[in-house]
Amino acid sequence: MLADYALLLAGTVLVNNFVLVQFLGLCPFMGVSNKLETAMGMSAATTFVLTLASVCSYLTYTWLLVPLDLTYLRTISFILVIAVVVQFTEMVVRKSSPLLHRVLGVYLPLITTNCAVLGVALLNINQAHNFTQSLLYGFGAAVGFSLVLVLFAAMRERLTVADVPEPFQGAAIGMITAGLASLAFMGFAGLV
Amino acid sequence: MSFLRITSPHGHSPLDTAQVMQAVLLATLPGIAVLTWFFGPGTLLNIVFGGVLALALEAIALRLRDRDPQRQLKDYSVLVTSTLLCIALPPYAPWWLIATGILSAVILGKHVFGGLGYNPFNPAMVGYVVLLISFPLQMSSWQAPRGLGEIPGVTESLTALFVPASYDGVTMATPLDLLRQNKGLLLDDLFSSTPQFGQWAGVGWEWVNIAFLAGGVWLIYRGIFTWHAPLAMLITLGLCAAIGFDSGSSESGGSPLFHWLSGATMFGAFFIITDPVSGATSNRGRLIFGALVGVLLYLIRVAGNYPDALAFAVLILNFAAPFIDQYTQPVTYGHKPTKEDDE
Repeated sequence: MLADYALLLAGTVLVNNFVLVQFLGLCPFMGVSNKLETAMGMSAATTFVLTLASVCSYLTYTWLLVPLDLTYLRTISFILVIAVVVQFTEMVVRKSSPLLHRVLGVYLPLITTNCAVLGVALLNINQAHNFTQSLLYGFGAAVGFSLVLVLFAAMRERLTVADVPEPFQGAAIGMITAGLASLAFMGFAGLV
Repeated sequence: MSFLRITSPHGHSPLDTAQVMQAVLLATLPGIAVLTWFFGPGTLLNIVFGGVLALALEAIALRLRDRDPQRQLKDYSVLVTSTLLCIALPPYAPWWLIATGILSAVILGKHVFGGLGYNPFNPAMVGYVVLLISFPLQMSSWQAPRGLGEIPGVTESLTALFVPASYDGVTMATPLDLLRQNKGLLLDDLFSSTPQFGQWAGVGWEWVNIAFLAGGVWLIYRGIFTWHAPLAMLITLGLCAAIGFDSGSSESGGSPLFHWLSGATMFGAFFIITDPVSGATSNRGRLIFGALVGVLLYLIRVAGNYPDALAFAVLILNFAAPFIDQYTQPVTYGHKPTKEDDE
């Protein structure tokens, strides 16, 4: 049982990496990866939001939508639940811990409306995960996202001083780098 | 924007780029010779064809970027890239396979990022992975080694290169494939029942690896690169193999010696992960870089879907190298490490 959970976690982080293999959450991946520091803040916020969203949407689905026979409303209800929970947390954090708010605060609203967050919620349902699996899946997705975001940010800092030909500067070279990284991550296929 | 602060004293190498590249090319010779002995002239032809193509592409790319082709072509760097890629490609590959690989390596792996010195990924491995994912069939058909199959002559090799459909060679599963697909045979039985296995690893492969090891040790002796990355990689690969060896049962992942002398291990350890541009910068970083390549190499070899794992392991670590560098910056000379040092 424990081994299954470990495999699920490792599989979500590396083999089915949300960004480089499933291509979810590409906007923050490209947008917030210019500096290592912001990338780390974004990673922490994403880890929090994804895990929370995964759990909340699982609870909503199992205890609300299934008993009421409203499963066709899952997309819209997940969006609502995730937005409310994250916004509420953000308000609580702002009032109770200014320091934590400085670290996480600005990124929370940014990541809430991201496809990776909704993706995790819907994929949990598709793959019929139970509570613990949903929790681990959300957390694993977030760790995988954070891992590649931080690595990518470090790489982009180096690319800013590279002698990139003019047509490829900026987002273009970022896309090419991300594509090559995605090729590299295909090597994990079949591992779990 | 934060730059890496590698502080003084800066050692100066008496060698310039061209001399380093020449030394690397020279060090591949024993490996190429053994490859040619066991698998026929295919690899040699690949290298010549790939080299010509790579030089032409490099000249075009430099011309397009308004650089002086004369100067940069003479540093041999593109020849090293093409030679390393062509060594990794199966002998008797069709010309379009080599051309696609060289194109990806030189343009996508190198010049798009700004050319020599700026490529975050190892260009040869970029070319290899693009090919492996796009043409898995052609990339996994290896000629049977001498003694197990007929070795094609030069004319046959030329036809294989330029008229791909006409060539019908003897291909065989490589020892790594056999080991991964092994279900139910004890390791000793597998070794004795299958002709592809030699004394320690695969027939031919063990000598290819020993030859590349010899070339690599010579390069370390010449001071072209340090021992950190190769040694760390070989140690972790051996450790992983020892843990997964399972005393030679049918589930075994193969012995450390088997992994050291199989596939691209030595070639990768001394010629690929020692790339000064795409690898880690500090010695501590190189240790981490090499060690992680060794772990990934073993994991992907034993459990993954691909014939060998070196290219993937290297690309993944290339992706992580700037991050490793960030946290393994050497301390300023004369200072004690303090917390304020990391900004």
